[in-house]
Amino acid sequence: MSEFVFLYRNERHVKGMSPEEAQQAMVKWRAWFKDLETKGHLKNLGQPLERAGKVVGGKKKPVTDGPYAETKDIIGGYSIIEARDLDQAAELAAGCPGIQNGGLVEVRPVMPLNM
Amino acid sequence: MDPAEHLFRQEAGRLVAILTRLFGVHNLALAEDVVQDAFCRALESWKFHGVPKNPSAWLMTTARNRALEVLRREGTARKFTPELGRLLESEWTMAPVVDEQFEAAAIQDGQLRMMFSCIHPGIPEETQVALVLHLLCGFSVDETAAAFLKKGPAMEKRLGRAKQTLARSKHLFDLTGAKDVAVRLPAVLRALYLLFNEGYHGASAESAVRAGLCDEARRLVSLLLENPLTSTPAAHALAALFCFLAARLPGRTDAAGNLTLLIDHDRSSWDAALIAEGRRQLGLSAAGAEVTTYHLEAAIAGLHADAARAEETDWGGIVALYDTLMKIQPSPVVALNRAVALAQRDGPGRGLEEIALIEDRKRLVRYPFYFAAMGEFELRLERPEKARGHFQAALTLARNPMEKRLLEGRIRKCGDVSPTT
Repeated sequence: MSEFVFLYRNERHVKGMSPEEAQQAMVKWRAWFKDLETKGHLKNLGQPLERAGKVVGGKKKPVTDGPYAETKDIIGGYSIIEARDLDQAAELAAGCPGIQNGGLVEVRPVMPLNM
Repeated sequence: MDPAEHLFRQEAGRLVAILTRLFGVHNLALAEDVVQDAFCRALESWKFHGVPKNPSAWLMTTARNRALEVLRREGTARKFTPELGRLLESEWTMAPVVDEQFEAAAIQDGQLRMMFSCIHPGIPEETQVALVLHLLCGFSVDETAAAFLKKGPAMEKRLGRAKQTLARSKHLFDLTGAKDVAVRLPAVLRALYLLFNEGYHGASAESAVRAGLCDEARRLVSLLLENPLTSTPAAHALAALFCFLAARLPGRTDAAGNLTLLIDHDRSSWDAALIAEGRRQLGLSAAGAEVTTYHLEAAIAGLHADAARAEETDWGGIVALYDTLMKIQPSPVVALNRAVALAQRDGPGRGLEEIALIEDRKRLVRYPFYFAAMGEFELRLERPEKARGHFQAALTLARNPMEKRLLEGRIRKCGDVSPTT
């Protein structure tokens, strides 16, 4: 088994959802995580990330506020997944409820210590 | 564990009411923003961490903290609620004042203020009901539009105009003035009656949507019953009517999801607890001298609920109640219902006579159950050809697939009595 990081990006901001839709989205996420866990793929559930933060680096402005809630490209959270290979990991990611709300899942293999 | 059904929606309604009380009605849009922020956090946190033990308290705390942030950040740029204004300007008093609004009694009060504010005389009646559903029940614009079978953009326009009217009123409706409350209460009761009706008889085909509207109307009327100024006999009567009708909801459709006539209901499916609550409310409604249409409609629904089998129905009592209803609020629809009750008591011929006597009968020509009733009487008089004509007329007016299927069933029944030639 190999490890993968799932980065959850760009899910439609809740401002575009009704409370009812937000509740349904939340229930779907819970069910999806539960399913990954039952099937032994969930190495680490991970954490949600705040939308506001700081970006550090660059020549002129080493510290900037951001990313912003309205920015197009924002990571909403991450999890660590165990899968046979990248194909299987991508297959698992395809079930992510965030995708139905305009989001995408970036699937990145964790680089092993021994090459 | 998943949260209770519609939890987000209901909490959204409560939170908008509380925050509008804090920020002032002219800052309604800001209150809505803060509420959406709270849900944004709930969705993002709960999908990872699970639903907290007390989700309502979590949402309240989140909204409270966001409200404090907004008050600190915008305290100089914006004017908030005039009567709370001073207290919100000082860091010493700000948090306690905000906390007060999140206490149980203040939440009730905030929702009632919002309800009375939505029933604004400057807003058309139909839009008032939509506004209540949108602001107090947490339905989005699209969900509100769907509930009333209206197009999204049209509903958005209507709600937008209504919110502007609301925001222009200087403050939320003040619930301390007994006289003002008494003046507006009838319109509030009427709006809740219309909301329930939309769920019970409405045109939306989706039964889940419709049952949801009935539940919301019951939740809102129970808010009225918790305040001494608004728990009038008429409010109790309305609550009783909702209970009796809601009790019948499970019997309205058969196993296949088809609409059934009241006399064909499987009465064992009626909700006994709701019927008991209806009787209790009906008892409480008898406190005053005033008899409203809600009293009479509740009493009629109560008599239906009393009959364990359709043939045990006290049709005489029901006719008498319709007679009184015709005196205080005559309408062709009430007259039609009275004719149906008379037909049950005295036979279908009497029903047809009474229908012929209805004044203003032409106002019923768009009402499917006008023709359906005549069809029913003709069928019982074993005149299937006449019955078929009426049912076909009703079918062209049917408002949803359930009504259509019901009427198609009746048309087939005409064929059973005497095969078509």
